[in-house]
Amino acid sequence: MIAEFERLLAQPVEAAAAQSLSRRGFMKLSGGVGGGLVLALAVGLPDQASAQGAPPPQVPFAPGAYVRISPDGKITLYSKNPEIGQGIKTAFGVILAEELDAAWADVTVEQSEINAAVYGAQFAGGSLSIPMNWDNLRQAGAGARAMLVSAAAKQWGVAESELTTADSTVIHAASGRKASYGSLATAAAALPVPADPKALKLKDRKDYKLIGKRFTGVDNLDLVTGKPLFAIDVNLPGMLYASLVKCPSVGGKVASANIDQIKKLPGITDAFIVEGTAKPANVMLTGVLPGVAIVGKSTWAVFSARKQLKVTWDHSTASKDSWTDYVAKAKELSVKPVGDKVVRTVGDIDKVLASAKPVEAYYQFAFVSHAQLEPQNTVAWFKGDSIELWAPTQLPANSLPLVAGIVGLKADKVTLHQMRVGGGFGRRLLNDFVADAAYVAKQVPNTPIKLMWTREDDMEHDAYRVGGFMSYKGVLDEQGKLAALNAHMIGFEDPVSKAPTTASDFGANEFPANYLTDYRASMSRLPLSMPCGPWRAPGTNTMSWVQQSFFHELAVAAKRDHVEFLLEVFGRKAGAAPQAGPPGLNPDRAIGVIKLAAEKAGWGKPLPKGRHLGMAFFFSHQGHIAEIAEVSVDAKKKVTVHKMTVACDIGPVINLSGAENQVQGCIVDAMSTLALEITMENGAAQQVNYDKYPARRMPNSPQVDVHFVQSNYNPSGLGEPAFPPAAPAICNAIFAATGTRIRTLPITKAGFSVA
Amino acid sequence: MLRLNVNGQERTIDGIADDTPLLWVLRDELKLVGTKFGCGVGQCGACTVHLNGQPIRSCQIPAVAAAGEKVTTVEGLSAGAQLTALQQAWIDHDVPQCGYCQSGQLMTATALLKQHPKPTDAQIDQFMTNICRCGTYVRIRKAIHAAAAATAGKGGAA
Ligand code: FES
Ligand code: FES
Repeated sequence: MIAEFERLLAQPVEAAAAQSLSRRGFMKLSGGVGGGLVLALAVGLPDQASAQGAPPPQVPFAPGAYVRISPDGKITLYSKNPEIGQGIKTAFGVILAEELDAAWADVTVEQSEINAAVYGAQFAGGSLSIPMNWDNLRQAGAGARAMLVSAAAKQWGVAESELTTADSTVIHAASGRKASYGSLATAAAALPVPADPKALKLKDRKDYKLIGKRFTGVDNLDLVTGKPLFAIDVNLPGMLYASLVKCPSVGGKVASANIDQIKKLPGITDAFIVEGTAKPANVMLTGVLPGVAIVGKSTWAVFSARKQLKVTWDHSTASKDSWTDYVAKAKELSVKPVGDKVVRTVGDIDKVLASAKPVEAYYQFAFVSHAQLEPQNTVAWFKGDSIELWAPTQLPANSLPLVAGIVGLKADKVTLHQMRVGGGFGRRLLNDFVADAAYVAKQVPNTPIKLMWTREDDMEHDAYRVGGFMSYKGVLDEQGKLAALNAHMIGFEDPVSKAPTTASDFGANEFPANYLTDYRASMSRLPLSMPCGPWRAPGTNTMSWVQQSFFHELAVAAKRDHVEFLLEVFGRKAGAAPQAGPPGLNPDRAIGVIKLAAEKAGWGKPLPKGRHLGMAFFFSHQGHIAEIAEVSVDAKKKVTVHKMTVACDIGPVINLSGAENQVQGCIVDAMSTLALEITMENGAAQQVNYDKYPARRMPNSPQVDVHFVQSNYNPSGLGEPAFPPAAPAICNAIFAATGTRIRTLPITKAGFSVA
Repeated sequence: MLRLNVNGQERTIDGIADDTPLLWVLRDELKLVGTKFGCGVGQCGACTVHLNGQPIRSCQIPAVAAAGEKVTTVEGLSAGAQLTALQQAWIDHDVPQCGYCQSGQLMTATALLKQHPKPTDAQIDQFMTNICRCGTYVRIRKAIHAAAAATAGKGGAA
């Protein structure tokens, strides 16, 4: 499963979406308490198992699956993936309920257990939950519906073809008979499951009753009344609290510490030095970093003890990274037209550059933090021969072998309860905090412990969004059309393995590689020890900013309208037959959303005095999204974003309310991030709480007008793709307003602020 | 021994250090976990509760300072099954994303409507200083206006 996910994460997202686990089939599960119908769509083990001649998978007894209908008519649907604020628990419920033909009011959605044998891949990442589960959830709903229809047909002695369903009821129109799903549940449970899920008839889109409507989040009532939904809310009898203090310079070890003194402090039950298990890898944190663990009777006892802790750190293994140094080194490298590694060459770019006067620009973007509001935490209970955990992870499957390795048990002795995640943004695809809890729990056996990170721990030991640099040379032809492009990206790599740092890579197919006759993309990489990880639309959130800012520069240099300039480039491939396989960047879909955004934003029409527009388009996570920012900039360079017009083609929208919420959130996040940075000196982050890292607050949140194309492509996810176009759209609007081109993020470097 | 009045109930807590912030007494001792920890330095507002009706950041005051005063947490907002107008508006407008900040947001918004039953956008901006990392501000504003409208004419605060 780990390899599976890392492969998914590593490959282009469009390819990942097509991945499906093999040998799907239905299985029926024990009805459990109250009986009734419980139906799972069983997912076979990944292909490797059969390739290696392994026996067919034994489907285990599972207490929960996708659909459970009890005789009293209650319908419970199980959402298999972590809820991190992307609204998946609601969206998955809607998809299941649609094909089941359930009345939404009868439905409760619950988080499923973590069990790969029943549910296949379970994670929240890459905006992949919807595209990877669209088919199997519809089939699971339709399969349960088929069994209920079958049960009714038998009861009434009529043909199944004479029956219809609606609102959790099977209907025989000819005789006027009706039976609720609840009344059929026990009979349906005794029937054989449909042999082939793929043979089930799924609804036509025009017949949808739920998909595409507005639904409030299924946990909202619990959230507004303060119910315990998060891992940090877990309370167990006899539970102790723990903290693991790590070296501010990432990777430093403990030389000595006043452990004996700490142990004597009030409320403290234990303190010890942690050697750590993490491999020195910056690609994905893989274990426990060294430090000092403190265990006590309350969070405050432990946090207070931290203030008395005196550690002498051994910095020999610690990061020495310095942002100031990187900025200087990258600047030197950027003068070279080609970097150390060429990732794509088309035609003869050097020849074109030699005979033309290119438009040139050099961009720089900062490291940023996830800063999700719930600090990392996990409750762990080591029982000698097993361990149980409650964790806010985005990638639960990875934590099972990780924890098993740390506590010295087999992975099947690890039980992980998936908790609602208080903000993900990619940070919790890494399970380092789960590892911390498991490690400490093993030292305090048979006692549940709640391992808490402070906010400072969280920002100091984030897996940051990597910073970077891009040097562009673009050549325009006599008509002012883009003729050629040279792009030299300066990014980062692991100092030991030389693997590119997460999200610090340049794809061979990056736009506009396939649209030009002369093009080169290359990379140079600087060694980086700071841990970096996936951060909302990894790679694309910064690629979009440099690329779409530079496209605007080119349009300006060509004295052409920006929208028309970009449409012309996509037009070169318009109408081309759709690529085989999973959907990649589709020029027709791109043109569609750019035109739609321009029309809705009033592009080219007169604006109120002082207002200016900026546009950007980006394709990521299968989503084609164009955004137009309407801004004004005052004399003090304070930027007000009045309105964002967003045109999205993500196929059919599942939950309109949730989808709009994601887009609104992405815009606010992008505005926030424009003005934020993490700098590091001597391997330590310089901003470790919200005072120095002022995430955006309420004032001046813009109006966000969202327009969905609702195309017939398969639906794709929306946790990320609305983010990448926002920053370049705003920066392009700032240029329109002021004539100042923002080439460095955060925009505060050029004296701007976002109101 | 510390005596607190929380959500209308008298609670006693033994053996806590004098400097323990109210936040941790609520969460660890009284198991009222609706009040959240986000930053511990008074920045984020996830820990907002009411002290005699005033919104305070509970990570910033020692619990002993609340002795004898009335503490209200998100769990105490609604009487029985009856949601407040704000809680209802939060559901109707589907405000939460991850939801982690929302109990703090609701506590601040509740205090706002007490002070300004029909708040202007400027008053909302000034009062609502809690961080929502998911960026649900657009909806928070809408929900506050909706709750204010729903409460108007009923003569009661949210
Ligand atoms: S936890 Fe109290 S303000 Fe952030
Ligand atoms: S909803 Fe996630 S922090 Fe506000």
